[in-house]
Amino acid sequence: MREFFQRAPIRRLLVILGVVLVVELITGPPGSNEHPVAGFTGSYHEAASYFGLFRTQRWVVFLTLALVAWGITEFWNWRGPTIRARASDALAGPRQVGEKRPVRVGFALVLLVLAILLPHIVNNAFWQSALVTYVAIYVLLAIGLNVVVGFAGLLDLGYVAFYAIGAYTTAWVTGALPTPPPFGHALDAFWAIPFAVVFVVIAGVLLGAPTLRLRGDYLAIVTLGFGEIITIFANNLYGITGGSTGTKQIPHPVFHVGPIKYTWGLAPVPYYYLALGSVVLFLIIFSLLQRSRVGRAWTAIREDEVAAESLGINPLKFKVMAFAVGAASAGFAGVITASADNFLFPSSFTLTFSINILVLVILGGMGSISGVVVGAVIIQVVQAYLNHTPPAGYQQPDLYIYVGALLITMMIFRPAGLIPSRQRRREITLYEKSHEGHPDEALLGDDV
Amino acid sequence: MLEVTDAVVRYGAITALHGITFEVNEGEIVTLLGANGAGKSTTLRMVSGLQPPVSGSITFRGRDISRTRAHDFAKLGVSHVPEGRRIFPQMSVEENLEMGAFRRRGSTSEDLEGIYETFPILKERRKQLGSNLSGGEQQMLAIGRALMSRPTLLLLDEPSMGLAPMIVDTIFRIIGEIRAAGTTVLLVEQNAAHALRLADRGYVLENGRIVLSGPSSELLVDPRVRAVYLGEDVEAGS
Repeated sequence: MREFFQRAPIRRLLVILGVVLVVELITGPPGSNEHPVAGFTGSYHEAASYFGLFRTQRWVVFLTLALVAWGITEFWNWRGPTIRARASDALAGPRQVGEKRPVRVGFALVLLVLAILLPHIVNNAFWQSALVTYVAIYVLLAIGLNVVVGFAGLLDLGYVAFYAIGAYTTAWVTGALPTPPPFGHALDAFWAIPFAVVFVVIAGVLLGAPTLRLRGDYLAIVTLGFGEIITIFANNLYGITGGSTGTKQIPHPVFHVGPIKYTWGLAPVPYYYLALGSVVLFLIIFSLLQRSRVGRAWTAIREDEVAAESLGINPLKFKVMAFAVGAASAGFAGVITASADNFLFPSSFTLTFSINILVLVILGGMGSISGVVVGAVIIQVVQAYLNHTPPAGYQQPDLYIYVGALLITMMIFRPAGLIPSRQRRREITLYEKSHEGHPDEALLGDDV
Repeated sequence: MLEVTDAVVRYGAITALHGITFEVNEGEIVTLLGANGAGKSTTLRMVSGLQPPVSGSITFRGRDISRTRAHDFAKLGVSHVPEGRRIFPQMSVEENLEMGAFRRRGSTSEDLEGIYETFPILKERRKQLGSNLSGGEQQMLAIGRALMSRPTLLLLDEPSMGLAPMIVDTIFRIIGEIRAAGTTVLLVEQNAAHALRLADRGYVLENGRIVLSGPSSELLVDPRVRAVYLGEDVEAGS
């Protein structure tokens, strides 16, 4: 009997059953005195709306799911290595082609054309606005945080502060705050962009210069504090920021230079193009930076700060630079959000927000620009979909459970992210060549 | 070339160096010997600006450098190979070497060729990642990387640490070649016998003080050195 339970397939089945049990309880309806086991059994009504195909109790559905999952696991254990080897052989050719620069640029251009056409393809009011509020803004934030976390290796838990500063600068410049706007009269929201960029860069330097001597966890805690300070300022400096009610009078942006005049209105698509333009701009800036001398300095500092210092790299200078550069795209995002929404509350700039952005970066692949973009798009589209058409019993905060579970799963099976950065990818292939082991061990066993 | 006078280094309340004085002349190999915790690595960290002294002076080619920050040393022509090699694990060998020339503008291909001539194994492995090298190869890479900045003074912190005796011989032979090519070397070692055979002069550190100094040939036959650092019985040695 004991031996039976110690066999690997049986142990895996038990683990899967346990996980499915937890998932069933989490997603199920709460129990009550009359129905103490509602989480397992559910109601016939709910079961029907889950699949629509057959009416049954929840536990039957989940047991089936568990058995299917177990079947897939066992199949993968049996045939997986062969399939993996064949797939990697088959992909070797295309991968080599994919590494070539013209191919990559061409691919990026195709994606860009697709992104330009996208609002007309979806052609649906909800998705057109979701492309701005859920996707484009978050991509902009994620690629900025990726510079700080992925390139320079600095854990920033207060990134939302730069986003808030960008948004509040917009409100200030357009005269929507109790504080008088610069030069005495309100400007168009479009002109908030240069102000916002200058302000977030200054904020990045002010925060970075004294704190970036700290390393690792200490830095994370200080940045977390910085994020909180900005929110508390926004909340409590009533006469300057409008306090907890914020402002509801931010005008839509107007681009007005000489004879050219364009006004953004209520429709989401023009904001999408504004955001897309900023994303493309920052993608170009960040990928050029990554390949430059500055990018190499960031890599060196991330890998070994003492060695970098003894080779003549000033760690503080380059870390502050990473902070300021990364903050710039958050400032942009703040301007676009504030002027598209017309309103602004301090309560939207929370620690949770910073962590959400960090999750996008980690899932996509720290240090990999394409990975971060893909990761952010996937997560945000799924989130928008779930909020728009929630399945039975789904509530918005539930998302954190699923994202948390996804993070844990990723850390086990793909710790370097969806699309690992070039360096990580190269490390995996080299490791596969030199060892006959699980390729991810190369990333887990980082003890050098 | 390098003169250190009465230098004191403290880590918080703990004094690691109680005022040490020594000098390194152009073209020499000078070695600092001592047991664990004697202050050898601290001395090197002090000379390269990683741990500035609280008092005392350090001059390099007549210029006071006791307040110069670590990242400006590369420009002065001082290159530090830190303890534990500290190569960049996820960069390739060649990228590691390129990082060594970070503070220098212009082409690095000539320097790379030079390094590959000195360390042929690095040329073979140039596309491999730093973390995939053996200990000896990593040490060669660390030295090569330091040489990329064309230093006039090379600071080496325990290059023999954790290496097989045969590799240690190779490393020490190469240190000799580096000196022959015109670079002054300050070498910190636990392997006293090896270091003294290579060096021109040596200093012996004990608890943050220099207790003994002189030409290597004298130190090699000094009964105290023989007893403590060469692991010989005093009577048998004398």
